[in-house]
Amino acid sequence: MDQLVYNQGFPLLSVLIFLPLAGSLVLFFVRHASFARYWALAVTSIVALLSLALLFGFDRGTADFQFAEYHPWINSLNIAYVVGIDGISILLILLTTLIMPFCVLASWTYIKTRVPAFMICLLIMETAMIGVFAALDFVLFYILWEAMLIPMYLLIGIWGGPRKIYASVKFFLYTLAGSILLLVAIIWLYKTNNYSFFIPDMMWKGYSFTAQILLFIAFFLAFAIKVPMFPFHTWLPAAHVEAPTAGSVILASILLKMGTYGFLRFALPITPEATTLLMPYVLWLSIAGIIYGGLTALAQEDMKKLIAYSSVGHMGFVTLGIFVMNIQGIEGAILQMINHGITTGALFLCVGMIYERTHSRDLRSATGIGQYMPVFVTFVGFFSLSAFAFPGTNSFVGEFLILAGTFKYSIPLALAAIPGAVLAAAYMLRMLQKIIWGGTDNPDQSLLTDLNAREIVTLAPFLFFVFWIGLGAQPFIELMHTSVAHLLQQFQTYQQAIATTGLML
Amino acid sequence: MLFLPELTLLAAGLLFFLLSLGHPGGTTVKNMAVLLASMTLITSLICLNQKGDLFYGAFRVDLFSQVFKALIAAATLIVLLFDSGRTGIKKDSRPEYYLFLFTSNLGLMMLVSSVELLAIFIALELSSFAVYIMVPMRDASSGTFFQMEAGIKYLLFGVMATGFMLFGMSYMFGLTGSTHLAVIAEKLPQLWAQPTAVIAMLMILAGFFYKLALFPFHFWVPDVYEGAANETTAFIAAVPKLAAVALLIRLIALVSNEGQVMLNLLMVSAILSMFYGNLSALVQKDLKRMLGFSGIAHAGFVLLGLLTFQLTGYATAFYYIVGYVLMNLACFLVICSVSVDGKNLRIDDLSGLHKRAPLLALTLTIGLFSLAGIPPFVGFAGKFMLLVGVLKQDHLLLVILAAINTAIAIYYYLSVVRVTFCSEPVSHEPIRVNSLTNIASFALILLIIVMGIYPPPFLDFAGTTLKSIM
Repeated sequence: MDQLVYNQGFPLLSVLIFLPLAGSLVLFFVRHASFARYWALAVTSIVALLSLALLFGFDRGTADFQFAEYHPWINSLNIAYVVGIDGISILLILLTTLIMPFCVLASWTYIKTRVPAFMICLLIMETAMIGVFAALDFVLFYILWEAMLIPMYLLIGIWGGPRKIYASVKFFLYTLAGSILLLVAIIWLYKTNNYSFFIPDMMWKGYSFTAQILLFIAFFLAFAIKVPMFPFHTWLPAAHVEAPTAGSVILASILLKMGTYGFLRFALPITPEATTLLMPYVLWLSIAGIIYGGLTALAQEDMKKLIAYSSVGHMGFVTLGIFVMNIQGIEGAILQMINHGITTGALFLCVGMIYERTHSRDLRSATGIGQYMPVFVTFVGFFSLSAFAFPGTNSFVGEFLILAGTFKYSIPLALAAIPGAVLAAAYMLRMLQKIIWGGTDNPDQSLLTDLNAREIVTLAPFLFFVFWIGLGAQPFIELMHTSVAHLLQQFQTYQQAIATTGLML
Repeated sequence: MLFLPELTLLAAGLLFFLLSLGHPGGTTVKNMAVLLASMTLITSLICLNQKGDLFYGAFRVDLFSQVFKALIAAATLIVLLFDSGRTGIKKDSRPEYYLFLFTSNLGLMMLVSSVELLAIFIALELSSFAVYIMVPMRDASSGTFFQMEAGIKYLLFGVMATGFMLFGMSYMFGLTGSTHLAVIAEKLPQLWAQPTAVIAMLMILAGFFYKLALFPFHFWVPDVYEGAANETTAFIAAVPKLAAVALLIRLIALVSNEGQVMLNLLMVSAILSMFYGNLSALVQKDLKRMLGFSGIAHAGFVLLGLLTFQLTGYATAFYYIVGYVLMNLACFLVICSVSVDGKNLRIDDLSGLHKRAPLLALTLTIGLFSLAGIPPFVGFAGKFMLLVGVLKQDHLLLVILAAINTAIAIYYYLSVVRVTFCSEPVSHEPIRVNSLTNIASFALILLIIVMGIYPPPFLDFAGTTLKSIM
């Protein structure tokens, strides 16, 4: 347990994890729609403000897990409640806590029926999501990882669109089936590691090669479905299209990141040898995802579907960055995880706002609204620029770092990824052109009202981060640098150790 | 004092016999039944710490048996609390129905205390025959008649399984010269080299495989679940399984580590139960039938704990069966409350339940997600610990197959939840349930969550209980 820097005094992480859950309990008893809205907003905002304290207390000079808390839980199996964060998870936790108040705001008028139940689902989701990123005990991680499916299933299944049943069931079955083997892997690791579920204890252990390959396959199935990587992506468009706005935002901004987070936290350190062997396959799958996502997005008439497929492409960049295994690649990948959360989350919010006005997600019914909703199209414009990594926006920094890392690893691979960036520009500009100007046959949009104050408040912070990361990404990279460097250095040490033993044999 | 819970049940049975001679009103009988079941629970809780032997050592009262008696009494009480207004039992034979219910309970309570083969046999028969009669007592006025078929099937399969068991017991007596489990436990380790010992043990186990609905003694399950009245099915699905697990633990503890053949056979039975149960449940339309098949799969999971031959494994199996009974009762509570005139419930009949009765929908959802083994409910905690126990014994393949089964099972549980929450209701008429049922659903939800999130005290308790018989 020497990888933990214990938290003295106020148990910040536990409060962040359990405050939303406690908040949701109140809503079981007070079932009043408008109280539920204000209450959920208050709870998520308090969590967001509290989470900023993580930023001030975070020591950028160590790769250990900070703010750690340890409480025994099930002693007979050596399961404990251990949480802690390092440079890889802190940004994702902040992303989660900061985005949740806006999810509540986005559902303010969108959700009309069963509001308290909706807010209960959102708050339970928040608990599970923060918990997943903070958990350092594998059982705790798995419980939260699975438990999250229930509120998300209900979010899509109750408040979703016309094909909600198909979408929610597909989402649930896909994700759950993927993580079943993860459970077996966890138990195997527990037994091999002297009956400990403590995650850092499992890393860099030199399991036999066969074991590593099998573990990697179990990890890969669970995480690649969550990312989702091509060809495991088919649940994503369905779920995105049918989910209510807040559900789409949570899915795109946070849930997808859990897959890539899983690769970084588990796959690389626990199965380094298998990673080295299977790296090229994963990389080319990422390229396939980038190109496939881009081409498919180009042909979509449904705005949510378009953004969903663009997510497949963007997440392809993230996995590309992770598996080139150099510092630019991984830092770019983590930064791109945050960027994608901000940009795609904001785009889904924008689509939700059009949907509330026109009751259609069809691109054709939203053409030519630039004339009547100037503020709205300004926001959409900037977010679209960010989505295809226009210089000066956040995604540019992330994609640039990833491509730089890829060039260092292999030039053909990098060249193969370039068309993806061009495709992104093509499909985003196509959508932008249609929304703002359209053609001669635009439907009558004169009845549309521009954004109200609540909606502007919802979108403005996203825009702020788009430019902050785009123009000054250094503070964000500093947060993660030590942890990433430590991860890579461990990885190289491990490889050398393998090489020397290989030579000696 | 040692025999007090059984005496209470006996008195209750006699009381209902007297009642059946007159023409008592429906509510009187029902209230009487609830009252007597509560009294049984209270007496079994009072007798929790009793210790002693009765009937020349054939009947042992120890912590293990007393805990199971309390659980049996509690589960019966919960079944009786289910809404009384729409019961599916013939009006004129309700006193008799309760007479047999309490007799069956008496048999089960005697079963968990029996430590002698003949006592086991008599107790098992007492409990079984009462249930054989309960199955056809369903009200036929709503136009359902397959309760007779179900009753006959239950009886025939039951008699066959008992035949096996009796035959096995005769072998066991021939090999060891005694019918006392303690003597058998002493002599058995030297006998494993003989195939007869294995066959005898297997045949004895067959009787309990039948009660627990394990492959290959599962054939009665779907028809009986479908044919019996909802309350009867709730009883069959929950209470006898507790006693069956108690006795299986007592018997399998005899086998200990010696029997490699036994281990293989138990493994095969567990795996086939899971696959058969889960795959068949996938295509069911009738909710009770589906739960019947899922029960077969869960019995396979319980067996995973037993075949570790470790104290912790038995403790987990104990924990799991209690959890299983709770989640099953949660589902049957909803079935009994939603069903109209005691008819069977098709899965489609649950459409839009969350609009008609939010609490029932929540109870059903939590029960089903827990059965499916999704955290943070008791079903996950139990399955997880069972798998850990099995992998500790290096049965990796078994763990993988069990995990795959969990994935298969999700589909059919989820499709019920889907109908409950995502479909539009056929009728918007709210479902009214009485406050006792509401209290029961709250209690079940709470127990399912608490046992799932914080299992240590329950496991410790199961461990201490089991130590009293090891």
